[in-house]
Amino acid sequence: MNPASDAGIFTERLLNEGGAQATDLLQYLCSIQQHYSCIPPQAVETLARVLALTPSVVLGVIEFYSFLHRTPRGQFDILVSDSITDQMLGSRDLLQRLCDRLGVCVSQPGSDGRATVATTSCTGMCDQGPALLINGQVVTRVDNERLDRIVALVQAGSPLEDWPQDWFSVSDNVYRRDQLLDEHSANGDSLRVLLDRGAADLLQELDDSGLRGRGGAGFSTALKWKLCRDASADERYVVCNADEGEPGTFKDRVLLQSWADTVFEGMTLCAGIIGARRGFLYLRGEYRYLLDSLHTALENRRASGLLGSAILGEPGFDFDIDIHLGAGAYICGEESALIESLEGKRGIPRIRPPFPVTSGYRNRPTVVNNVETFMAAVRIAEHGSAWFRSKGTAQSPGTKLLSISGDCRDRGVYEYPLGVSIEEVLSDCGADDVQAVQVAGAAGRTLPPAEFGRTLAFEDVATGGSFMVFDHTRDVLDVVQNFTRFFAHESCGFCTPCRVGGSLLRDLVDKLHDGHGSEYDIREMRDIAGLMQAASHCGLGHTAPAPVLDLLDHFPDVWRQRLAAGGFEPSFDIDAALSEAKQLTGRDHSGGRMGGDV
Amino acid sequence: MADKIRIATAPLAGCFGCHMSLLDIDERLLDLIEVAEFDCSPLNDFKRVGSADIGLIEGGVANTENVETLRDFRRHCRILVAVGACAVNGGIPAMRNQFDLRDCLEESYVNGIGVENPMIPNDPEIPLLLDKVHPIHEVVKIDYFLPGCPPSADSIWTFLTELIEGRPVSFPYTQIHYD
Repeated sequence: MNPASDAGIFTERLLNEGGAQATDLLQYLCSIQQHYSCIPPQAVETLARVLALTPSVVLGVIEFYSFLHRTPRGQFDILVSDSITDQMLGSRDLLQRLCDRLGVCVSQPGSDGRATVATTSCTGMCDQGPALLINGQVVTRVDNERLDRIVALVQAGSPLEDWPQDWFSVSDNVYRRDQLLDEHSANGDSLRVLLDRGAADLLQELDDSGLRGRGGAGFSTALKWKLCRDASADERYVVCNADEGEPGTFKDRVLLQSWADTVFEGMTLCAGIIGARRGFLYLRGEYRYLLDSLHTALENRRASGLLGSAILGEPGFDFDIDIHLGAGAYICGEESALIESLEGKRGIPRIRPPFPVTSGYRNRPTVVNNVETFMAAVRIAEHGSAWFRSKGTAQSPGTKLLSISGDCRDRGVYEYPLGVSIEEVLSDCGADDVQAVQVAGAAGRTLPPAEFGRTLAFEDVATGGSFMVFDHTRDVLDVVQNFTRFFAHESCGFCTPCRVGGSLLRDLVDKLHDGHGSEYDIREMRDIAGLMQAASHCGLGHTAPAPVLDLLDHFPDVWRQRLAAGGFEPSFDIDAALSEAKQLTGRDHSGGRMGGDV
Repeated sequence: MADKIRIATAPLAGCFGCHMSLLDIDERLLDLIEVAEFDCSPLNDFKRVGSADIGLIEGGVANTENVETLRDFRRHCRILVAVGACAVNGGIPAMRNQFDLRDCLEESYVNGIGVENPMIPNDPEIPLLLDKVHPIHEVVKIDYFLPGCPPSADSIWTFLTELIEGRPVSFPYTQIHYD
């Protein structure tokens, strides 16, 4: 480990090489964190001075992102994925075993500077979990044997390069292909169509296709691009949202691993249509392992004249793409928070309107689309809108990638025409004895078997692609507890309904889970949920209560049998709360027990 | 004449500011005692709650005495009201929640400036402290929450008159607008 004393020099060098733009602050911080396992004070001081920011701004950014730390994590920073599907595969036992073997407590750096073990939100490896991130690199399919070998390597201080490389392999696990996945990566054909037909004509084709955003919200892609194209500005930007943070989603990871060219071509196509010269791929920090291959793909496209100046020899068709890393903040999947993060700031969602199409990155018109949306746009340019509309429903044309995980035979990525029923998906992935399906991730819907006849489409159950299956051996309350804790952790803290409401819901679900919940608490949950939905600043707060409400509405048997007798239960154990004072005063007998009814 | 409404009030871990605000209804107290009478309250110095229609609680729950008083009120009051920020949220006293109890006590009684005979007090007469300060609805069921630090005399007046007259309680915007 390099001594932190040279962190100022290291930071100066980074800034010199990188152009010293304040918008790159987060990128500098990621590099420094990777190098020192923390952001040393000298680095903060240097960043603030050179970028003309106050130290508190720099510290504010560090504190916001889960992957940035002010104190050293040690030679190995090990994060265990805490997604519910990883937990179902045994991640909690692995976490305990890892801590025991390494002699550390969760989230507390070991005293020898060797390692820190902590949990992290879903790493997007639900089909091949349990997964760990070690210094940002993914290790999949961890079992006890692999874990013990990891412990030995950590204790020996062996650098990651010397570890068995097959541990770091990430599989695609594609089980069903359709319009998007049937073909290999793009090689410029859609851009040739663009140059042949012109931007206006191709935009019309996209409009005819009825393509809607694949992140889950389903906004018309053609309209978004048109609004951005029509907004008057000196610069426009294209942003690909690869901050795939919704628990249980991993299809974008597969696209970026094996269809990166098509994604980049989609961004280039968008740039050609709206008139952008610069684009960003915002890659979640958990997918850092993809960086090298993505940079190679970009290099190859530049070498082939598909990126850079005068693309395909067309004068004025200039466009290039930078990759920006996230640092462990779910909220940055929200497009305006993502833009803030791209600008090097804390990922706090903006007040909308204005929307990014008119005022996005650096307040210029910006298109932000999901990875899969760009890919679909390429296919539409190549094959036409009629071809695209041959799949899906009238209101939801085309296909949708699903990331399927949990209790089923074949976990992985499935491409279905939109409008497919949940039943059919469950049958294809080999799921029996299903108690519940979580569609669209923690922010989505928890559906019981009575709802399995419903379809995945924007007009019925909309989804960004997460599809988690829970059989009857699972406790639905475990699932809801995992989700409410997730939201309480991931709230950006900007608005009170979400920041406080999320914590209150978490505590109430914990109380119910532990058998202390009462009818009163159920009413409280409904009240808080309604308030969060009505008054939160952004979609995170609007959707965070969904798992609780679905539990209350669809799984009454699960929670009713957990209710404590009587209408009210204190929210904490009063006798336990007195034990410290008794110990401090030596008054073991006086004061008495406070337990008992009201 | 029908029986008067009985009101009981109690201060827990608070600053008495909410009781001062109650007194701030000024001459309207005379209107109040036309229809209501006080059960136990610091205002009449009766210590134990008898039986009341409305119990007003100021302050959060910080020690065993607070727990006992609060439970006593819950048993004897038909309607129990959390009055003010400390009762509703824990308020200022709950700022100690970010520290360990040991650190709080040592800061006050062992390491503090000017402390003589440093020791953590252990007299059995002193109520034991809870490790954290809690809002009162975490200990007993609460029927109404009256926010404010303190709630203004006008909002206390509105609350009491509407409750006593059996109307749904609603405030003019100016009475619950804090910035």
